[in-house]
Amino acid sequence: MSPPLLEVEDLRVRYGAVEAVHGVSFAVNAGEVTTLIGANGAGKSSTLAALSGLVPAGGRIRFDGRDIAGAPPHAIVRAGIVQVPEGREILAQMTVEENLLMGLRGRARSDLDSAYERFPILGERRALLAGSLSGGEQQMLAIARALLARPRLLLLDEPSLGLAPLIVKRVFDTLADLRRQGITMLLVEQNALRALRLADRAYVMELGKLVMRGTGQDLLGDEGVARTYLGG
Amino acid sequence: MAEQLYNAIFVGSIYALFAVGFALVFSVLDILNLAHPVVFMLGAFVALFFMSTFGAPAALAAVAAFAVTGVFGIFLDRVAFAPLRRRGAPPLSAMISSLGFAIVVIRLMELRYGPDLVSYPAGSLPQAILQIGDARLDGLRLLIIGLAIILMAALTYVVRVTQLGRDIRALAENPRAARLLGVDVDRAIAATFFISSGLGGVAGALLGFAYNAIYPQMGTPYELKAFTVMVVGGMGSLPGAVLGAYILGIGEIAALVFLPAEFAELRDALAFGLLFLVLVIRPRGLLGHRVADRA
Ligand SMILES: Nc1ncnc2c1ncn2[C@@H]1O[C@H](COP(=O)(O)OP(=O)(O)OP(=O)(O)O)[C@@H](O)[C@H]1O
Ligand SMILES: [Mg+2]
Repeated sequence: MSPPLLEVEDLRVRYGAVEAVHGVSFAVNAGEVTTLIGANGAGKSSTLAALSGLVPAGGRIRFDGRDIAGAPPHAIVRAGIVQVPEGREILAQMTVEENLLMGLRGRARSDLDSAYERFPILGERRALLAGSLSGGEQQMLAIARALLARPRLLLLDEPSLGLAPLIVKRVFDTLADLRRQGITMLLVEQNALRALRLADRAYVMELGKLVMRGTGQDLLGDEGVARTYLGG
Repeated sequence: MAEQLYNAIFVGSIYALFAVGFALVFSVLDILNLAHPVVFMLGAFVALFFMSTFGAPAALAAVAAFAVTGVFGIFLDRVAFAPLRRRGAPPLSAMISSLGFAIVVIRLMELRYGPDLVSYPAGSLPQAILQIGDARLDGLRLLIIGLAIILMAALTYVVRVTQLGRDIRALAENPRAARLLGVDVDRAIAATFFISSGLGGVAGALLGFAYNAIYPQMGTPYELKAFTVMVVGGMGSLPGAVLGAYILGIGEIAALVFLPAEFAELRDALAFGLLFLVLVIRPRGLLGHRVADRA
């Protein structure tokens, strides 16, 4: 078996005197969806921020056999780790198309046409300011923009947060589509049920530590997980 | 009257070139670069150096002024701003740091050239008088106005259309999103300082050509004007800064023309009063928009 695409060992993130992530270790296999679930403040976003190079972190991060801990964010994007951040972080004062061009960064424009094919609504709104889109449309924009960067590993931080149920379904349909295409994903979600159904591999994070791991099916069937995260 | 309008547009063009660079740095980094007047002054002296030492023609000297002050801008960032940025210092510290840097450079220039007026080598500046009706217009100023407009159009192109321009705008709007999209922040900031300072330096050289008199403190009066123009135009808005610059230029010349000599002291007051009025009516400035929430 080939080694995992991403291997994280003893990752630590601290903000000033407070340590938010206390030495977590996990792996993401190529072609799989790996999900990280956990309550508010568990340290999920901090973990993703460390992977993207946004915050300094201790421990080892190996991506495709290369040590990327300490690399600047733009180098990490270039290496193929692209994040759709919590809150989407679209560039509100730029047009939809300019946002997409930020993902494309000078690569072939034909990719842009494929993005409009996948997300027709973005094609219709390409000349509008991104800030004028609805929440669901902004999420689609954030995902489309990240895909244009040709990720080898897509990090998604709560892509369903704050969206209406119908839109949440659309987001997860899109993610299922991407999975079928073989795009490797690390998905952070509060919507544990949908995330676990989609995931090949899952981790539960509590207070800065990983407390449980298994396949998506394993965790769906676990009584503790069901009680705490599936509301049942 | 035509001559006065012509001069107003000339002065406005210099203000605009000065102010867009000032506004560009502000929009990207949220700092007031108080060393911008120094860059302006250095542009005039770099042109002088190339013309008197190498006998370069004025046009070439202006290009040299752009390149040298552009590189100087990157140096300025490394020395006065980058160390503070790395430690998360508040914008006020950066302002003071650039002010200190500015004073040091001005004193060094005074040491070398003295505090007095210096002129360009005799015969090195193109001279032509345009006679239009009964107005006699200085042809050099027309060239300068044209060049200023071309430079501002080029800046607009870079900022609006190129990937570098999108990177700079992304950084200005949301640094975190820019990083996640693969923007090399250090490179984008260096480019911002290069463009900002290059334009400031050219403005200084062009003003020096027009008046044929330069001195180490020549940038200082422009500082407050550029700041005012930027606020009136809409904090950090480049078209706003240009618009504000021309309004100030026209306001100043109008004050000169319409105020009787015994009220000469009120000239500045009138021009600034006009800008003040704009702010009362539009507190966010002419072309300012609500800054996106960064929460
Ligand atoms: N920039 C920061 N400065 C200081 N503390 C922070 C910062 N970001 C996060 N924290 C703290 O670190 C801990 C983990 O936060 P993090 O955002 O990683 O959690 P999360 O699992 O993503 O939570 P949520 O589900 O609310 O998004 C929290 O206690 C939080 O208050
Ligand atoms: Mg989070």
